Amino acid sequence: MSTPEMLTPRAMGTPRRRVEGPAKVTGTARYAAEHPLDRPVHLHPVLATIPRGRVTAIDTSAAEAVDGVVAVLTTRDADALADTSDREFTVLQDDEIGFRGQYVGAVLADTPEAAREGADRVEVTYEQDDFRAVLDPDAGELYAPDAVNPAFATDSVIGDADAALGEAEVVVDATYTTATTHNNPLEPHSSIVVWEPDGGRFTIFDSTQGVSTTRSNVATVFGMDEADVDVISPHVGGGFGSKGNLHANVVLACLAARRVPGRPVKYPLTRQQMFSLVGYRTPTIQHVRLGATREGRLSALVHDVVEQTSRTKEFAEQTATYSRSVYAAPHRRTTHRLDMLDVPVPSWMRAPGECPGSFAAEVAMDELAVACDVDPVELRIRNEPDADPETGKPFSSRHLVECLRRGADRFGWSRRDPTPRARLVDGWWSGTGVAASAYPTNRSPGSGATIRYHRPAADGAEHWDVEIAAADIGTGARTVLGQIAADALGVDVDTVEVTVGDTAVPPATVAGGSSGTASWGSAVVDAAQRFRAKYGTDPSDGDEIEGATPENDWSEHYAMSAFGAQFAEVLVHADTGEVRVPRMLGVFAAGRILNPVTARSQFIGGMTMGLSMALHEDSVMDPRSGHVVNHDLANYHIASCADVGDMDAEWIDEEDPYVNPMGSKGIGEIGIVGAAAVVANAAYHATGVRVRSAPMLVDHFLD
Amino acid sequence: MRPFTHLRPDTAGDAVATVAADPDAVFLAGGTNLVDHLKLGVATPGTLVDVTGLTSTAVEDLPDGGLRVGAGVRNSDLAGDPRVRRAYPALAAALLAGASGQLRNMATTGGNLLQRTRCAYFQDVTTPCNKRVPGQGCAARDGWTRYHAILGAAQDSAGLQHCVAAHPSDMAVPMLAFDAVVRLTGPDGDRAVPITEFYRLPGDDPSRDTVLRRGELITAVDLPPSPIAARSTYRKVRDRASYAFALVSVAAAVAVEDGTVTDARVAFGGVAHGPWRATRAEDVLRGAPATDDTYRAAADAELADAAPLDTDVGGNAFKVPLLRGTLTSTLRTLVEGAA
Repeated sequence: MSTPEMLTPRAMGTPRRRVEGPAKVTGTARYAAEHPLDRPVHLHPVLATIPRGRVTAIDTSAAEAVDGVVAVLTTRDADALADTSDREFTVLQDDEIGFRGQYVGAVLADTPEAAREGADRVEVTYEQDDFRAVLDPDAGELYAPDAVNPAFATDSVIGDADAALGEAEVVVDATYTTATTHNNPLEPHSSIVVWEPDGGRFTIFDSTQGVSTTRSNVATVFGMDEADVDVISPHVGGGFGSKGNLHANVVLACLAARRVPGRPVKYPLTRQQMFSLVGYRTPTIQHVRLGATREGRLSALVHDVVEQTSRTKEFAEQTATYSRSVYAAPHRRTTHRLDMLDVPVPSWMRAPGECPGSFAAEVAMDELAVACDVDPVELRIRNEPDADPETGKPFSSRHLVECLRRGADRFGWSRRDPTPRARLVDGWWSGTGVAASAYPTNRSPGSGATIRYHRPAADGAEHWDVEIAAADIGTGARTVLGQIAADALGVDVDTVEVTVGDTAVPPATVAGGSSGTASWGSAVVDAAQRFRAKYGTDPSDGDEIEGATPENDWSEHYAMSAFGAQFAEVLVHADTGEVRVPRMLGVFAAGRILNPVTARSQFIGGMTMGLSMALHEDSVMDPRSGHVVNHDLANYHIASCADVGDMDAEWIDEEDPYVNPMGSKGIGEIGIVGAAAVVANAAYHATGVRVRSAPMLVDHFLD
Repeated sequence: MRPFTHLRPDTAGDAVATVAADPDAVFLAGGTNLVDHLKLGVATPGTLVDVTGLTSTAVEDLPDGGLRVGAGVRNSDLAGDPRVRRAYPALAAALLAGASGQLRNMATTGGNLLQRTRCAYFQDVTTPCNKRVPGQGCAARDGWTRYHAILGAAQDSAGLQHCVAAHPSDMAVPMLAFDAVVRLTGPDGDRAVPITEFYRLPGDDPSRDTVLRRGELITAVDLPPSPIAARSTYRKVRDRASYAFALVSVAAAVAVEDGTVTDARVAFGGVAHGPWRATRAEDVLRGAPATDDTYRAAADAELADAAPLDTDVGGNAFKVPLLRGTLTSTLRTLVEGAA
């Protein structure tokens, strides 16, 4: 095969602000719960207060008596669903309770207040069984899943890692933990659902990372044709993976809508409900062993992961996959084992796998650097592989070393004294650290795109419609797709208008796995090329064509990933243990950057979320009740503006013709990968205290 | 969320009479805490008596040189008052360390004093709480106690009166250090309660945070003249740099002559059922050399009776060294800044 042709960048690569920005800042962009519909019915759910067992009785009489209550749904009277193979979606289908916070009912009322009051008055009686809600490798029977998310091998073995560890001159052997974390997008999961009984149609305004996914999942669960489910989601206030899969909230709203035909059922989740119903990141326990020469060249790399899943539905975070592709080592092993608990269903959260896995792997590398007395930037360069360490495939492009070197230069790394606990300034211990980042370059088949040409008679200005049911979750996807379409058509970007977030236009894959721009952009390019092939350079008003994301045959021949290097300066207060991060820099190599404005936002957004993981985020599971105790944003801390110092990201221009016609790699997740580790590594350099858990709290640094 | 009646009486007297007569009625001021409780079911009043505009929104000079802060003064206004910033800098700092800009614009002085614990179990009606429902038990004692008390908590073996909650106010901490006086009007007339006596320990009735009687309304807080307060500061340690409740906090004022502490005022936040006046620490400080050793000894004196909680879910033993370090750091900074 010859090297594939890439688009010539003209609009691509130029800084463009998000086209919907003015609508958002003036409050006219409608989010899911804001669509004005007549006579809405408000839904408030009834949640299980036991973690395992069953409902034995439900008394709804007091709820029904509340003024304004329209209907009450319970496990006893909800419509039967057509497909009950996915336990997360079998809402109100039986009396079994799989986790605390599971739906056992819902109250519909004319006002949100009446719905909430009604829900408070539903009396549910339970029979509780023994349960376990906290990850504990010693208490449960760990098992190996068939695969880890989405379809990676559970274990990988190359060579004889144990023997190599036995012979290694230097060994790092340590266990790292990361806390349960919840995605917590600013906009809560929200839906408005209308059921039209004539013909049986759902219209769903939803906050989702993929209207096509919502459509197909709802159609499956309710046994309907996809064409009878419309999903509309023009603007989404963040998701971070939690809106990538359908969750039970939409099923509940659909069940409720069938109870009040023709009336819109409105259901925005409360923040508290988001801690049990829409996914989260599993806690992890990661045992990492590195064997190396005195010079720091790895001979063995072992990364064994224990994490949790839910008895309701398996989700196996691919935590150790990070260690499969970043550093060279002849002998290597990775494993994943799960503890099945009576807890809510874990799911995708920004860089599932790579995020927690890089924390352990990159802190372990820092420990190896200390053990070998090798600079941690140099240590990583020494372990740069020639090809993908596990598959042996060459990388389509890989510039980790360049990122490390450029970052070190920008950060002033050469002036660094490696001695820990050696700089006390105004009562704060100061230190710096480095970590690598990596994230696979994904592209999913299954998206389509329509391109339509308009030449209004009056002024003769041409105009292009680009339609694809992609999701813009605040990333700038809509804007970037316009830039791609402009270059693929060879037209001015201002003549292109992009419609996303609606099943009325061609379907699209989910905004997940940092695959959106690559997958959707490839469909747009395909449509543009078909358009020009059919209509040439002088089309007629109304000409239109549809394209689709082609398969990428090059993925058979090349390993494809984005890489990066992160640097941080950390201060730890000598008396109080408070941690501050005045400076953080990421340098990334992620193919062609299509829009510097939105790309920078993605990189520093990911880094900020990693900073938040390093310092704050911790969903505290109470083993006695099986619920997350700190289930609101007052007690579940995410980084505040005051926690974020001088945060910057830049990139190395990378030409990669193999990934897609734009030459772009996904950038939504790589920023969080390695970000928590770099903070921990810098904190070690500051204090001499090696923290092997995230988050790091004041507790870790107190005498 | 229980439906309620919203009343806007014309005078404080009418408001007091309404709440005194109706056990189902409560006062509503800025609403930054109560409205959350209405939604969560933590509070289920039938009547909200809105006192907005019924108490003073002014900070007035008192003849003795102190200040009278109207109960309706918003936290943001109090923090920005030049007299407060000059004479009681710890109070201004504490106010600005609390909540967010939006909340401070709504929250009132009276309401801030009466805000309730943010104990996660108190705020969750599906878990037992003696403060919310007396005799129900305490889920916090063996639970997540990162934000809970280490001083003065009620502990009984049966757990029926147990309460380990901590008071969340920042503002009240320097007010306690400066011996503020809470002025009240009630069905039996007006009275003034020193803030040192205003908050109560949980004892056998954790449901009551203060000595306030049914129907009593805070009208003002008097700040007595306090030369030492002009050299004061507030240090709050929390799990992020802004917009979080205190793990521990310290309000301190100190006077030093020739390297010796001649006088001190110290109060703690985040460690007890109310703001905590550290009289034992003050006693150690007075007359002692202004050194780290003294500051640590002062902390240890106050912490001698600390009873941190050790639980599987996350205890709070770390608060002992944290408070020691925070007090030491605060006093050192204060003294160095004055030198």
